[in-house]
Amino acid sequence: MRPLRPLAEAGTVDQLGTQLAGLDTLEIPSLRRTPRVRRIVDAAWPKLVALAIALGAWELVVLSGWKPPWLLPSPSTVFGELWREFAAGDLVAAVSVTLRRAAIGYALAVLVGGIIGVLVVRSKTLRAAVGSLITGLQTMPSIAWFPLAILLFQLSETAILFVVVLGAAPSIANGLISGVDHVPPLLLRAGRVLGAQGLAKYRHVILPAALPASVAGLKQGWAFAWRSLMAGELLVLIPGQTSVGAQLQFSREFSDAPGLIAMMIVILVIGIVVDVVVFSTVERSIRARRGLVDVA
Amino acid sequence: MSAVIADRDRAVSSAPTTAPAIRLEGVTKVFGRGADAVVALDGLDLTVDVGSFVCLVGASGCGKSTLLNIVAGLDAPTSGLVEIDGGRPTLIFQEAALFPWLTTAENVELALRLRGVPSRQRRETVADLLDLVHLSGFAGKRPHELSGGMRQRVALARALAQEARILLLDEPFGALDAITRDLLHEELERIWRDAGLTILFVTHNVREAVRLGQRVVLLSSRPGRAVAEFPVVIGGERRIESPEVSALAITIGQQLSEQVRRHATT
Repeated sequence: MRPLRPLAEAGTVDQLGTQLAGLDTLEIPSLRRTPRVRRIVDAAWPKLVALAIALGAWELVVLSGWKPPWLLPSPSTVFGELWREFAAGDLVAAVSVTLRRAAIGYALAVLVGGIIGVLVVRSKTLRAAVGSLITGLQTMPSIAWFPLAILLFQLSETAILFVVVLGAAPSIANGLISGVDHVPPLLLRAGRVLGAQGLAKYRHVILPAALPASVAGLKQGWAFAWRSLMAGELLVLIPGQTSVGAQLQFSREFSDAPGLIAMMIVILVIGIVVDVVVFSTVERSIRARRGLVDVA
Repeated sequence: MSAVIADRDRAVSSAPTTAPAIRLEGVTKVFGRGADAVVALDGLDLTVDVGSFVCLVGASGCGKSTLLNIVAGLDAPTSGLVEIDGGRPTLIFQEAALFPWLTTAENVELALRLRGVPSRQRRETVADLLDLVHLSGFAGKRPHELSGGMRQRVALARALAQEARILLLDEPFGALDAITRDLLHEELERIWRDAGLTILFVTHNVREAVRLGQRVVLLSSRPGRAVAEFPVVIGGERRIESPEVSALAITIGQQLSEQVRRHATT
C-alpha cells in the first residue's frame, strides 16, 4: 500500500519493536478468571439463603395462627397446589397465553418506542414538542389507561395490548434518546475525523455508543410491559380464555388461597427470570465488552 | 472553504517544489459575540512544508485545539486564509478516542470501511498497519484491555488507514509515562520518515517539541498568535535527553515563560 516497512527488514535488529513488546507485556494486566462453577456457586448461595429465610418466615406466620389456614396457607400447601395445576395442564395453558401476549405487546412496544426514539433524536422540533411528554407518559400509571382502552376496544386482547404498548414504549424511547444524548463528544469528533457522515455516523458511531442506555430502556420497558399486562389481565377478562391474570381473579372469586398465591409466585418468577436471564445478561455482556465492569 | 481560498490554491500550485502542505494567513477565530466574545486565534500565520515535521508549543489558552480543528476542517475560521494541499488531514487526540465497542483491528478497519475500501483488501491493510505499530498480537483486544500507549498506537494505525498525507496531533503523548513516550517518539519519527507524511504536532512540552520537530513554532496565549520560530538543527540521532535538545528547549522555554508572564495580573 505504501512504502512502509518494519525496521527489521531494513537489516537492523528491530530494537524499537522489541522494547515496545516488552512494555506491552508489562502494561497488560494479567487477568485471573475465577472458574465458571465457582462463579455460579458464589452468586447462587446468598440468593438461596435469602429464599430459605423468606419461606421460613412465611411458615412461621402460618404456624402462629394469625390467619386461618384456608386464608393463609403454608408454603408446602401452595407449592403442592402449584404442582397439581402444572400436572393438570392448567398452568401451562394460562402461562402460554400470558407469555404470548407479553411477547406481542413487548415487540410492538419496541417497534413503537424505537420509531419514536429515532424520530425525536433526529428532529429538534419534534424533541421540543414531545420530549417532555414522553417522560410524562412514563410516570402515568398504566392502569389509568384501561377505562379508555375498554371503551375503544371492548373487553378484548387488543385493549390489553394497547395498554401494554402505552406502558412500555415511553421507557424504550427514552432509553434510546438519553443514550444518544450522552454519546461522548470525543467519539463524535473521532467519527467526524474519520469521515462518518449522515447514516454512517448513526450506524458506526451514535447507535453503538447509545447501546448501553438503550438496553437499560428496554429493560425498564419490560418491567412496565409486564405490570401493564398483569393489570390488564385482571381487568379485561375475555370469556373462555384462560391466562395468568384470569386464574388469579378466579382464585379470588372462589376464595382459593393456595391457587391465588401459587399464581402470584408464577408472576414473580416470570418477571425475575426475564429480567435476570435476558436483560441483565445482555447488559452485563455489553458492559464487560466495553470494560465498564470488572470481568473477573 | 471559500472562493478566496480556492483562488489562492491555484496561485500557489504554480510553484510545486515549494508548495506548502498547510498555509494559514491571518487566521482569526472568535467564539461568541459582543461583549462575551473570546478571541481564540488572532491573525495567525503558519506555513508547513510538504513532508516536514512542525511542532507548535504554547501555554494554555493559545488556541491550539481551535487551530487543529480549523486545519482538520472540523471548524471554520472567523476570517483569514486556510490552504491545505494533499487532501483532508487526519487528527489524533490526547485520548486515543477509539470506539470501545470495537476491537483493535475493527477500530482500524472502520477507517477503511468509511472510505469504501472493499472488505478483502481491508483485512490485509489492517494486518499491515497493526504490524507497523507493533500490535499484531493484539488485534482481537478491545481498547480497555490495552495500555494508554498501545491505544495511541492503535489511533496512529487508524489515522494511517485514512491515507491522509497530513497528520495533526493534539498533545498525543501528554498522558503517557516517560518510558512509553520516548518509545512512541521513535515510532512516530520512523513512520513520518518512511511514509513521507507532513506532521503538525501540538504540545505543552518544549523538550518534546525540540526532540521531534524540524521547526518549533511558539504561540502566544489569549489570543493565539505565532510569536517566534526556531529551526531545530541537530544532526544525528536526537534523544529527549540530548544536550543540544536541552539547550534549545531552554531558550524556547524562556520565551514561553515571558508569554505566560504577560498574563499575570498584579
